[in-house]
Amino acid sequence: MFIDSFFYVSLKYFSIFAAHSTLIAVKYTQYQEAVLLLEDGTVFKGSAIGKIGTTTGEICFNTGMTGYQEIYTDPSYYGQILVNTNTHIGNYGTIPEDNESSGVKISGMVCNYFSTIYSRNIAESSLQAYLEKHRVVCISNIDTRQLVKHIRHKGAMNAIISSENTDLKTLKAQLSEVPSMKGLELSSKVSTQEAYLVGNEQAPIRIAVLDLGVKQNILNNFSQREAVAKVFPAKASFAEMQAWQPHGYFISNGPGDPAAIPYAVETVKQILATNQPLFGICLGHQILALASDVGTFKMHHGHRGLNHPVKNLITGRSEITSQNHGFGVNKEDIEQNENIEVTHVNLNDQSIEGIRRKDKKAFSVQYHPEASPGPHDANYLFDEFMALIKG
Amino acid sequence: MPKHSAIQSVLIIGSGPIVIGQACEFDYSGSQAARSLREEGIEVILINSNPATIMTDPVTADHVYLMPLEKTSIIHILEQHNIDAVLPTMGGQTALNLAMKCHKAGIWEKYGVEMIGVDVDAIETTEDREQFRLKMLEINANVCQGETATSFLRGKEIAQEIGFPLVIRPSYTLGGTGGGFVHTPEEFNEALTRGLKASPIHEVLIEKSILGWKEYELELLRDNVGNVIIICSIENFDPMGIHTGDSITVAPAMTLSDKVYQHMRNLAIKVMNGIGQFAGGCNIQFSVNPENDEIIVIEVNPRVSRSSALASKATGYPIAKIAAKLAIGYNLDELPNQITKTTSAYFEPALDYVIVKIPRWNFDKFKGSNNQLGLQMKSVGEVMGIGRNFQEALQKACQSLEIKRNGLGADGRELTNQQEVLDSLANPSGNRLFHIYDAFKMGIPFKTIQKLTKIDKWFLHQIDDLVILEKEIQKYPLAELPKALLMEAKQKGYADRQIAHLLRCLESEVYKRRQELGIARVYKMVDTCAAEFEAQTPYYYSTFEEAPLTEKGEVLLNNESIVSEKKKIIVLGSGPNRIGQGIEFDYSCVHGILAAKECGYETIMINCNPETVSTDFDIADKLYFEPVFWEHIYDIIQHEQPEGVIVQLGGQTALKLAEKLNRYGIPILGTAYEALDLAEDRGKFSNLLKKLRIPYPKFGVIEDAEQAVELAKNLDFPLLVRPSYVLGGQSMKIVINEQELEQHVVDILNQIPDNQILLDHFLEGAVEAEADAICDGEDVYIIGVMEHIEPAGIHSGDSNAMLPPFSLSPMLVETIELYTKKIALALKTEGLINIQFAIKNDQVYVIEANPRASRTVPFICKAYQEPYVNYAVKIMLKENKLKDFTFAPRKKGYAIKLPVFSFDKFPNVNKELGPEMKSTGEAIYFVENLQDELFQKLYDERNWYLSR
Repeated sequence: MFIDSFFYVSLKYFSIFAAHSTLIAVKYTQYQEAVLLLEDGTVFKGSAIGKIGTTTGEICFNTGMTGYQEIYTDPSYYGQILVNTNTHIGNYGTIPEDNESSGVKISGMVCNYFSTIYSRNIAESSLQAYLEKHRVVCISNIDTRQLVKHIRHKGAMNAIISSENTDLKTLKAQLSEVPSMKGLELSSKVSTQEAYLVGNEQAPIRIAVLDLGVKQNILNNFSQREAVAKVFPAKASFAEMQAWQPHGYFISNGPGDPAAIPYAVETVKQILATNQPLFGICLGHQILALASDVGTFKMHHGHRGLNHPVKNLITGRSEITSQNHGFGVNKEDIEQNENIEVTHVNLNDQSIEGIRRKDKKAFSVQYHPEASPGPHDANYLFDEFMALIKG
Repeated sequence: MPKHSAIQSVLIIGSGPIVIGQACEFDYSGSQAARSLREEGIEVILINSNPATIMTDPVTADHVYLMPLEKTSIIHILEQHNIDAVLPTMGGQTALNLAMKCHKAGIWEKYGVEMIGVDVDAIETTEDREQFRLKMLEINANVCQGETATSFLRGKEIAQEIGFPLVIRPSYTLGGTGGGFVHTPEEFNEALTRGLKASPIHEVLIEKSILGWKEYELELLRDNVGNVIIICSIENFDPMGIHTGDSITVAPAMTLSDKVYQHMRNLAIKVMNGIGQFAGGCNIQFSVNPENDEIIVIEVNPRVSRSSALASKATGYPIAKIAAKLAIGYNLDELPNQITKTTSAYFEPALDYVIVKIPRWNFDKFKGSNNQLGLQMKSVGEVMGIGRNFQEALQKACQSLEIKRNGLGADGRELTNQQEVLDSLANPSGNRLFHIYDAFKMGIPFKTIQKLTKIDKWFLHQIDDLVILEKEIQKYPLAELPKALLMEAKQKGYADRQIAHLLRCLESEVYKRRQELGIARVYKMVDTCAAEFEAQTPYYYSTFEEAPLTEKGEVLLNNESIVSEKKKIIVLGSGPNRIGQGIEFDYSCVHGILAAKECGYETIMINCNPETVSTDFDIADKLYFEPVFWEHIYDIIQHEQPEGVIVQLGGQTALKLAEKLNRYGIPILGTAYEALDLAEDRGKFSNLLKKLRIPYPKFGVIEDAEQAVELAKNLDFPLLVRPSYVLGGQSMKIVINEQELEQHVVDILNQIPDNQILLDHFLEGAVEAEADAICDGEDVYIIGVMEHIEPAGIHSGDSNAMLPPFSLSPMLVETIELYTKKIALALKTEGLINIQFAIKNDQVYVIEANPRASRTVPFICKAYQEPYVNYAVKIMLKENKLKDFTFAPRKKGYAIKLPVFSFDKFPNVNKELGPEMKSTGEAIYFVENLQDELFQKLYDERNWYLSR
């Protein structure tokens, strides 16, 4: 069969799970083989990382050079196999504070050189131990650059990673059962089941968060600004949220196709009707667009990285942004919509990055001002939201 | 804001002669800036006293002034031209200092010249240690505890407050001159005095030592509206305590989490905005406490620096080019990404590979120097390796160094004395990296190595991992070595030679085995964006990657360097700068590329020196940033199938590959290998001279001291003693008696065992001269004859020399020209040749011939304003004959070549000059006639060289 040789990799150190990790020298060992099969039949051979097993998802790549743990735990990546273009992964281990949600959300990971040992004195475990603990199937020793070029040309597609079965026929059959991301509703899978509070309950500002897959650092940004957030499940009704008497509404980021969550669009329409301050990020931005009669579409291969240039058309200044989206909002619809002003554009492809409702106190951005990972250039948007609330 | 329309002519100030701490990286930045401004239709006027640069070439600027970097020269230029603005940030500290001097003297104001790309306050803040410290505290950025002193007494008081160990950093100095660590009160007085003396304003900063913290650099660009981007993060392999110019550095940063990196990024932006509002490049150094991730700001350079050159080559982002555009008013978000051409220049490059920079030292040239590394920079050049992982990049950088190593280890040159290794780990010098490897191989515990070196454990692990891999490889004979294991070794950067050493077989056998198993190099692109966008720029590096397969099991192409149908040539670069082989060879390489392009060839450059213009992605049609190391070159040749290879332009580095190219049947363009070999082989060459009836000093070849003494009886003292096949007169010495002769021969054989040694009768008191010529095999054109001002005995690179000769009679000059022609024709030269002469008692002797572009070629090109390299390359390519060119040299007065030394970096070194070259750079100085004061002075002092 196509795998005729073993993959040798030196795995001679592994860290002991403890506050003070110890390095133990182990002799040269070899990794178990693993395979990555794409929907179009392309096969990449590599080494097994993380949990031994099989996993599927839509394959996408992130060009960030830092922040792997934040990326893996970002709920927007739910159901996706993530390719890291940064050539070394795992170098600085993991630390609980770097989690962006309750656990790892990606369904699988692909990288080139994986470090089982790490260097960061305050880190608590190696990435290998962390991925195993979170039961994520991964593959390393892959020509990730070639893979990225492949995705760039062929577009986003589903993929399967397996380190327990390398028979392509079986894998292909398994892969064919994976649904396309288009039309997929995933928010309810990553959203909280029960509403909960973040921050000081007595805080002067109350923000109702519609959790479509919210990142921890968004909530931290509210707390840092003396606001208390109440995080509501994705399918919470407008009435439930309004009953808490918030000063503003926040529509979060999240995974999946925005067009597949009409319930959230409905909620946003109701919020807009009250003319209360509203801020949306990523999926939240797409929902605001849909609620304003602007369509969304699935992008060829999305924007995922920490270096995307965005121009703020209001101030004339530009910002380097953290991005993660596979869907976008229709430019033509926006240009024809007299209620919407474009506030931010992407300098690479001129796509819409931010909008504002001229007739409402609502605005949103496609990218991630909360960063984590990524540059903090756009952090001012949280201040603008606070200013909008304070009037 | 778009381009500033009021700026129509810009003066760029260069960095002058090359010295340690300020090298050819500023030729790169100056050239790029000039090209960038001319693209905008701006007239560029350039001043630099360094003739070996591309920036001072007519291809770069509209008007070039090869004049001393002094106020009077600036005034002279401002009188000649209507200049709107001056860009002083491209020429290092020298240019900034000159611009500041002119600013203080009111010169810019008087002539209505605007200083662009810089902020006077920013310079003052960053260069004055005390102001800088206060500024950082004001903007809430952590700095190291410390204070400045302008007097000895105050210095002692501060030291008492801070305690030892501490650091002394003099204000306004270059490359850390005069600075250092002080561990005990006993060393303090002397160190403080030296520091105060080194500072032009008699001021030092005394700081708490943070030896062993992690060190980082960020390269920033800022535009007029305050948009700031980080082009590159660089992590030092060597922790705090070693000057960054002497540190092994890695990009991108390897061991920073996103939280720490973003904190650093925020700090960088705050610092840059805090020190001033200028549009251009900036470099900020940070230190991170490994215990708790605390970050402090170490230093800020509000200009293009050595690190920006490295960052440009590491990321593909042309920092100097963009910085020049920002200086004339563009904003970052108005400019396109120069590599993809479709996306924005306002972005932060994403790397999907690793680069490792290793400095190149020349301690052997400075006998008696302290070769320990510290706060003062001592390296003379650097190499960069690009790989898909750290280990590969590290091995490639080691292969690029040309220090007779085949990479990091596995070449039989390991140190095996445990105590020596341990000492070296604790007291870093130029080869500590190699000794870390040796330590792992010897079995010294990881913790001990880390304790002694304080190097981050991730890096140390990478080296340890190599040693473990080698042990695994050694379990097999070549024929049974598993494919995956061989692949892993190649992926980790091992050269076939290293693997052959491990398996005790031949390099060619490893190569053959690789071919059989289908393990071949693939080329990947440096594209600034980790393949997210289509890139247009042919900038490549090699690696090994398993190719993906199609559904049907067909192998998919994963090689990004697509070979064109065009006829093509390869130019071999000159590798790292070192004494004896510097920027002048890059000048020739760049001209070679441009000339071949004119002839319709696709041009391919191979080089590994990140400071050069030849490695700019828009010089050659294709750039392979690879070691000038046989295996890499051969694979590129196999891939590209060029018409031939040009070896004449890249100095000795390229020339010495001729033998192997010839053996493998690869065409060498220009002078044939046989002639190159003949000129190098002293015996064969003398026979040729004898046949041509050209006199040469009596000489002989010996292999031990006994033979030497025997031979000396025939040759007569004084004798010039040197090993054969060396560069820049390495280990060359003049001896006057048997005892000295014996000693030196034994010394050489200890340093370079099994080498032949040449003894020449030394023509005491002779006048030295050299001629450069172009030959097409039929005709010879002498491009210039230079006469040394000092008598024989000083290396030609170290002597002051005049173009044309000033004291030789017309008959002697004619003899020199005649001999040059005879030799050039006899060697069937096609291209350039340089011949060295000694003249004694009206007799002209030939000392040596170098059938290649020499150190003096760029000098003559500049002085006579003629493109000789261009002509020579067209002849090599057989596009033209000599008679096709019209020669019209501008012969007016004389041009003096003035060598420049970097002795200030080595306080204990004997400054005596001799047959071994020691200068790091040179300047050109034009004089009207022999009554010139500078010439008179040099002439009067010509015999003083022994005590220089």
